[in-house]
Amino acid sequence: MKTQKKKRYFETDQETSNTGSNQDNVKVYNIKINQKASKRKPHFKNVTNIKKAKKTFPGKASISADKLEKHSRGERLKPKLVKHPLYETKLKKKEHKLNYAQEQAARSEILLTEEQGCLQVDENVKTTSISQKTIKENVDIAAATKIFELNLDFGPYRAKYSRNGRHLLLGSQKGHLAAFDWVTKKLHCETNVMESIHDISWLHVETMIAAAQKEWLYIYDNTGMELHCVKKINKVLRMEFLPYHFLLATVNEYGFMSWLDISIGELVSQYNNRLGRTSVMTQNPYNATLCLGNSKGVVSLWSPTVKEPLAKILCHKTPLTAIAVDNRGMYMATSGVDRSMKIWDIRNLDGPVQHYKLRSAPIDLEFSQKDMLAVGLGEVVEIYSNCCTKTVDRPYMRHRMAKSINNFKFCPYEDVLGIGTSNGFSSIIVPGSGEPNFDALESNPFQTKKQRKEAEVKALLEKIPAELITLNPFEITEVDVPSMKEQMEAKKKLLYLKPKKIDYTPRHKNKGLTNIARKKIIKDAARKEHIEQAIEARKILNLPTNEKIPKQSFGVLDRFIPKHRTKK
Amino acid sequence: MSNVKIKVISRNPEDYLRATKKDIHKLPRNYDPSLHPFEAPREYVRALNAVKLERVFAKPFIGNLDGHKDGVSSLAKHPSRLAVLASGAFDGEIRIWDLTSRKCTRNFVAHEGWVRSLCFTPDGETFTSVGDDKTIKSWKTETKSFDDEEPINTLLSMSVVYGISHHKTKPIFATCGEHCQLWEKTRNEPVKIFKWGVDSLHHVAFNQVEENLLSACASDRSIILYDSRESGPLRKVVMELRPNSLSWNPMEAFIFTVANEDYNLYTFDVRKLKHPVNIHVDHTSAVIDVDYAPTGREFVSGSYDKTVRIFESLKGHSRDVYHTKRMQRLTCVKWSLDNKYILSGSDEMNIRMWKARASEKLGVLKPRERTALNYSEALKEKFAHHPQIRRIARHRHVPKHIYNAQKELRTIKEKNKRKEANRRSHSKHGAVPYVAERNKHIVKEDE
Repeated sequence: MKTQKKKRYFETDQETSNTGSNQDNVKVYNIKINQKASKRKPHFKNVTNIKKAKKTFPGKASISADKLEKHSRGERLKPKLVKHPLYETKLKKKEHKLNYAQEQAARSEILLTEEQGCLQVDENVKTTSISQKTIKENVDIAAATKIFELNLDFGPYRAKYSRNGRHLLLGSQKGHLAAFDWVTKKLHCETNVMESIHDISWLHVETMIAAAQKEWLYIYDNTGMELHCVKKINKVLRMEFLPYHFLLATVNEYGFMSWLDISIGELVSQYNNRLGRTSVMTQNPYNATLCLGNSKGVVSLWSPTVKEPLAKILCHKTPLTAIAVDNRGMYMATSGVDRSMKIWDIRNLDGPVQHYKLRSAPIDLEFSQKDMLAVGLGEVVEIYSNCCTKTVDRPYMRHRMAKSINNFKFCPYEDVLGIGTSNGFSSIIVPGSGEPNFDALESNPFQTKKQRKEAEVKALLEKIPAELITLNPFEITEVDVPSMKEQMEAKKKLLYLKPKKIDYTPRHKNKGLTNIARKKIIKDAARKEHIEQAIEARKILNLPTNEKIPKQSFGVLDRFIPKHRTKK
Repeated sequence: MSNVKIKVISRNPEDYLRATKKDIHKLPRNYDPSLHPFEAPREYVRALNAVKLERVFAKPFIGNLDGHKDGVSSLAKHPSRLAVLASGAFDGEIRIWDLTSRKCTRNFVAHEGWVRSLCFTPDGETFTSVGDDKTIKSWKTETKSFDDEEPINTLLSMSVVYGISHHKTKPIFATCGEHCQLWEKTRNEPVKIFKWGVDSLHHVAFNQVEENLLSACASDRSIILYDSRESGPLRKVVMELRPNSLSWNPMEAFIFTVANEDYNLYTFDVRKLKHPVNIHVDHTSAVIDVDYAPTGREFVSGSYDKTVRIFESLKGHSRDVYHTKRMQRLTCVKWSLDNKYILSGSDEMNIRMWKARASEKLGVLKPRERTALNYSEALKEKFAHHPQIRRIARHRHVPKHIYNAQKELRTIKEKNKRKEANRRSHSKHGAVPYVAERNKHIVKEDE
């Protein structure tokens, strides 16, 4: 191979053939032409390959653009927007540092040890046809142990993995509660609470479990000991734990939403969402808002500080059955009773990105860390890969069971999907669904007890206050723009009309009315007048000045033309 | 089904667990932003914690040097050794201190009456003191024999001497009193005498960069600039109230700061003496002494309101305020030449040592400690303008008398502003002009 060279008009074919003959006796190195460098020094283009070969230390390897993009922290600075040169240089310095950090982060990807899982088949075979049995035969023994099934007797089970993907929690409708390390299959605790369990959740560490039982919310430790019975929260239907805020978010049968700060044991906020009974809830892991889906097909986003939904979208015209939000907070999948599934861009909620029609209404939806979407259809789980950006016509994998599905969760940092079913739990392998490289300071599957304790303290120190739950989590680093806008608007108002000073003392005493009522009448009258004036002023400002078309002029005699009157 | 290739995440625990108990734990990192959600709010919380911890660890007082039998009148720092400090008292006693052990190494009575001022020679071998008895005495810094205890040289001035300052390189020093006088080491008479119709000068300072330049504070509320090569003084600025002392910026030769009787400090540019470059407010009583940090970015001031304040040289308000229950009115302050400590002498016979940055950890830092501190420093800077963080960073507890005095001064200032605005609104347009604060305190500039 030889480097691409532009053909010049003065170069004859002979010359090119000469260089071709040169190639035979010279060792050729394939060097990527840096476009910038070539722009700067155009004459370097004609240097022969021999000279380039002498360059022993070509400098740092180039980084691919998409890797850089992945670690980007937003758009670059526009220097024209900065008014003062001092601040411009300061910002440039800062930008330089940010670029350096971005580059270093992108470069450090070479140090990642594990690779993402994959499933490769012949061209004429579909990946859907690969069963768990074939997978089990084709993977190593350690991975094969991840396919297992638990047959349990106490009715439909819900399953949830801990944040580092090491521990599994099962809770059944008939009160069976079990926590275990699913990798080593070591049981932590197993009890029957003798009440129905509606939902379960791990708290920030694997030593604490929350269970929403028939009446109250209970918290157990990993030996099954009851630590708390939270009577402030009753009849919970669904729970989500927000790990960075230490909040346990719940929604109950009557539509009351509550956020319980589990580090201090106090309710941060509790209010009724006025949606009625909603059993479809999930959290957006990007900004810690809650997504509630109601029976009218509307998905609403909630934060503890605002008692109104932050946003609402009508996703389906039928009751919703499931919602899922992906890890980066980009896509939301919703499904309705009408057997349709839609993918939404959750950051700008206009129109579904994708619209799928399924064979039956999904029971549950779940995104994996690598953006695979699991869809539960009766007794079948279908896993779609890459279904958000483009429309796929067939699932990536399909798993059929002889029992109905209750819920399922992808195991973090593993290629595993855990399914809670009507009579037990089954774990299946989905190659390529999990993030292969974990960050030990964020969540570590191989955490020791001491590390866990240390991480708990650190996490508590960094507990994000509940007020910071907003749609855009980066709002805190932004300049407070709206207040500026408000200021400007206030100024604009001042420009148009000056509000009148009102004398509140009445001239004649109207008997029968109190002073306050009298004042109110006067105030109202003055306000009305003021509003009318304002409306008129606005009309005048908004009206196109059609009337001022220059009319025929009669010179001095203009004064006798009848004046045009505006309608009142 | 013949050709299926399946790859699944299957981690070997040996790669992730430490081999022996004495090994360190393996912590694989992945900087993918999707694994680190809530970057901004978490950083904010960290910044909040950092700024809180800064206030928790703000314990600036290191120790005191006691031994003087009367109030400390002046301090002098050794030009090359950090541990040596000389101090003079109102009873004429001079003490030499070893700051590392916080002990007095030598003490003797040098003058009758006050020791007005002290200064070391640039080589640090000797130091010179001036007293109320009109004598200028030179002493050896280190004594090897009994003879060294006696002054090397005693000069008798015809008039009173209040201040002394040494030239950076040449063997010349300047004293002030009735006039500003230039002396050479070898001669008994002053080489030069500068006069400008002033009855007394109480402070003089050589510029340490532009070496021949010196300036003095006069009792007629003026600051006078001299050039040691010329025969007469250069310039004079008259202020509204008396300047007490001044300090030259060690990095920017043309900048000096004056501690003034009107509770403020003024930073001047030599090239443009008409208006001060900056006014530094916050003291609630007369400012007695000022000294620049060797970086020239900050300076320290001691005041009659019993506090030491640290200012950033470009900012109008103080960065920090130091006070103790027992510290009385300040007479002198010095910023140590390693930019880490502040020394203050006060009326009640003590010299106090402070940290220049209140929450700094002294001693050697481990690399991880250093990176953690740097990180929190960067976070504090990033979120410095958030109201909560700014409030915590700015909060200082001050003694009641300062608090009340500040409140009183604030009301006075507000009253004046209001009055002026009223006067302006009720008089002809332009009759009450706007005058910048920095122009209010200068009476005139003479050449």
